[in-house]
Amino acid sequence: MTTLAFAILLVASLAAYALNRRAATGIRNGGARLHSVSNYHGLFALLLMLVPVLVVILAWLVLQGSVVNAVVMGALPDGTLTELEKGQVDLILAEIQSISGGRIFGQPEPWKLAAAERLTELRQLAALGLVLVTALLCLAIMIFARKKVSAEFRARQGVERIVSGLMIFCSVVAIFTTVGIVASLAFETYKFLRLVPLSEFLFGLNWEPQIPIRADQIAAAGAFGWIPVIVGTIVITIVAIVIAVPIGLLSAIYLFEFAPKRVRAVAKPLLEILAGVPTVVYGFFAILVVAPAIRIFGASLGIPVAPNTALAAGGVMSIMLVPFISSFADDALSAVPRAMRDGALALGATRAETVLNVLFPAAIPGIVGGVLLAVSRAIGETMIVVMAAGLMANLTLNPLESVTTVTVQIVTLLIGDTSFDNPKTLAAFALGMMLFLVTLIINIFALRIVRKYREAYD
Amino acid sequence: MSNIPSGSVARTKMDKVRGSLSRRHRKQFILQAMGITAISLAFLMLFILLASLISTGHKAFTQTEITLEVFIDPEEISAERLPRGNFDDVLAAALAADLPSVDPNDRAAMRVVGGILSNGAQFQLRDRVVADLSLIGQTIALSVPVSDPYDQLHKGLLDRETPESLRRLDDTQISFYDRLIEIGAITSSLNTGLLTNADSRFPELAGLKGAIMGSFWALLTCFLISFPLGIGAAIYLEEFAPRNRLSDFIEVNINNLAAVPSVVFGLLALAVFIGWFGMPRSAPFVGGMTLALMTMPTIIIATRAALKAVPPSIREAALGVGASRQQVVFGHIVPLAMPGILTGTIIGLAQALGETAPLLLIGMNAFITSAPATPFDSATALPTQIFIWADSPERGFVSRTSAAILVLLTFLITMNAIAIYLRSKFERKW
Repeated sequence: MTTLAFAILLVASLAAYALNRRAATGIRNGGARLHSVSNYHGLFALLLMLVPVLVVILAWLVLQGSVVNAVVMGALPDGTLTELEKGQVDLILAEIQSISGGRIFGQPEPWKLAAAERLTELRQLAALGLVLVTALLCLAIMIFARKKVSAEFRARQGVERIVSGLMIFCSVVAIFTTVGIVASLAFETYKFLRLVPLSEFLFGLNWEPQIPIRADQIAAAGAFGWIPVIVGTIVITIVAIVIAVPIGLLSAIYLFEFAPKRVRAVAKPLLEILAGVPTVVYGFFAILVVAPAIRIFGASLGIPVAPNTALAAGGVMSIMLVPFISSFADDALSAVPRAMRDGALALGATRAETVLNVLFPAAIPGIVGGVLLAVSRAIGETMIVVMAAGLMANLTLNPLESVTTVTVQIVTLLIGDTSFDNPKTLAAFALGMMLFLVTLIINIFALRIVRKYREAYD
Repeated sequence: MSNIPSGSVARTKMDKVRGSLSRRHRKQFILQAMGITAISLAFLMLFILLASLISTGHKAFTQTEITLEVFIDPEEISAERLPRGNFDDVLAAALAADLPSVDPNDRAAMRVVGGILSNGAQFQLRDRVVADLSLIGQTIALSVPVSDPYDQLHKGLLDRETPESLRRLDDTQISFYDRLIEIGAITSSLNTGLLTNADSRFPELAGLKGAIMGSFWALLTCFLISFPLGIGAAIYLEEFAPRNRLSDFIEVNINNLAAVPSVVFGLLALAVFIGWFGMPRSAPFVGGMTLALMTMPTIIIATRAALKAVPPSIREAALGVGASRQQVVFGHIVPLAMPGILTGTIIGLAQALGETAPLLLIGMNAFITSAPATPFDSATALPTQIFIWADSPERGFVSRTSAAILVLLTFLITMNAIAIYLRSKFERKW
């Protein structure tokens, strides 16, 4: 039925285009001078129909499910839903939906069968309604648009106004996305903070989010102090940055100053490949190769090494960051004016001295900005740590031990059950909020440094 | 004054400079050597990464199969009871005929014999019989996959030297294998199931079809949403937007969105799309919408760069002959910028194809044994399938994971190659 609605819209808008175009051509052939060429008359009708009706159909589809569900649940016999928690209500709804879909398990109560029947009916009604509304709207708009056709009608301006509006809408989607991120995180974090006090979350030294789901279940009471989680994140980030920065900078300096042109032409795209490898691949590489290698190496030295060390996760992450840092450093070095380089060389400095003492200091702000962006990437990186780092929150600074990170906790807390009313799932959103804020601050700071520096030489 | 030996100062300075030259050149040499070491380290890592993936992954491209003469016993399989029937017993009996050391009446031994075959073998036989009822009572030749431990043994991944108690196959089972090899029943063939099967609990049956279809639907959704939105936003910001606080705010927003960690987009999708709008979990459609939000900034940035590269003379010429601003943009600037826009879009989609974390949060890591027929069915995607297999304890999944990664990398390389081709073919230098 939904497809039918879209088909009606498509056919109707093409018909409206043809109708108005022909009408306009007719006027012109009658000897009148049109303000806009007839093509614009057709386009005007097309857009006038396509845009609003599409909005109506999409809104209908988004709202239909929840409205139908609410009506069905509201029409259940009195008292069936009182004293039930939200999870159980959802379960009943899911059961009714599966009965309506023809998947009946066991012997459901008669009221559930009745509700399922009502659900099926309502869905059919809604689908029929959608088609009817689409058809009527199309017809109305077609008549309205046809009446607009006249020699004086400024169809081109009309079309351009609609297109302009569409483009502004496209640009505003970016704002919507940011607002959506902030709103969803803030809303769930607020719910979390009603269950767990802010001071405990920010300053608590224990992170044990496993809370009992049923009253009689034996589990930890649940502790939500994020200090061990953020410390683990920092440890892994430091490992990654400490390895990636020297390698990235040295290879950038080599490629920028010393490498022959042909080496550069091959080496740069090869480095880009490292940046383009999906992080899930790096994660698998960490558990397949790097972690066992570190364990064997540690054992040969007599050092006990945990199976999922911060060193393995951070080390693999550094491979991902090397091309990132190297390309930022390369950009920063190239942005230093040629005069400074030529001046240093003319005074008799060697190329190494020129790079280290003249170009590098001048490029420092750009490089620092790039490294900061790399730090923000390392903090937000998810798949490598989910696969290679630990799950238990360990308050330690030793990179040979297993630590967990903010992103690992977000993913593990949200895989599986996601009811939005227990502190375990909500904690993931609180962590997400902190992650968003930390990376946002670092990004703004880094972008500012990079931009300020670029302006200095322009 | 003129008799002061003016050269002496200069000479001593020159000597100093000459004397220090070798030290300075050594320093330069060291810096150069360090640079070469650094970049070699990076390439070494790339090499190890690819080598380890290929060396573990290539084994999953072949599948060990066993060819059997199966007598379809009417006592075990009758036409009336189809599709039920003791297909596994029939297969075990066929195998036992090849293994003289086994007593067909010893149930425990027969279970071990049945374990040589993949769990999917009985369904393969069932489908053959259901399709052609006349096969009942006849003997047919059937080629079926062996189960994971035997597959590993055949590929040399299972060490016979390991003590028996630690091995996944005991001595008797290995002797079965040796006997079957001797009579030539076990062969290796190209593993087409890797691309034509959906996921399975049994490594020898697991394939990527579901994941590839899931990724396809997700990418299609992502493209249909992010391409028009991204281009619309980029054209507006680059060509029409007045320089005011709103457009500055949008710019800052887009730059920041490009750097937001991907897992945060997953949280957004979970809370808004699934929590508030009640969209289905695990659906590629929802995954595609999430990826679209992440891809949009990439497309916007690439499109703006492409629009900027079109020379102003074209704009001015079009305006000069009386075109409106929109006619200039849509009739001249955008067509000329199209190769750049498409290149940026393909690179953005390639990034989206490798993205994992947001898809995990919206549940695209479910265990689903059929390929999705529409974008609204539950599915996995290629990267999440890799994550699931990497987490699976069965040894057979290690090589499957590497093979899946190789498939994913093939897709990524293809997309990037198309982008590079488009750029080199259509890029115009003004």
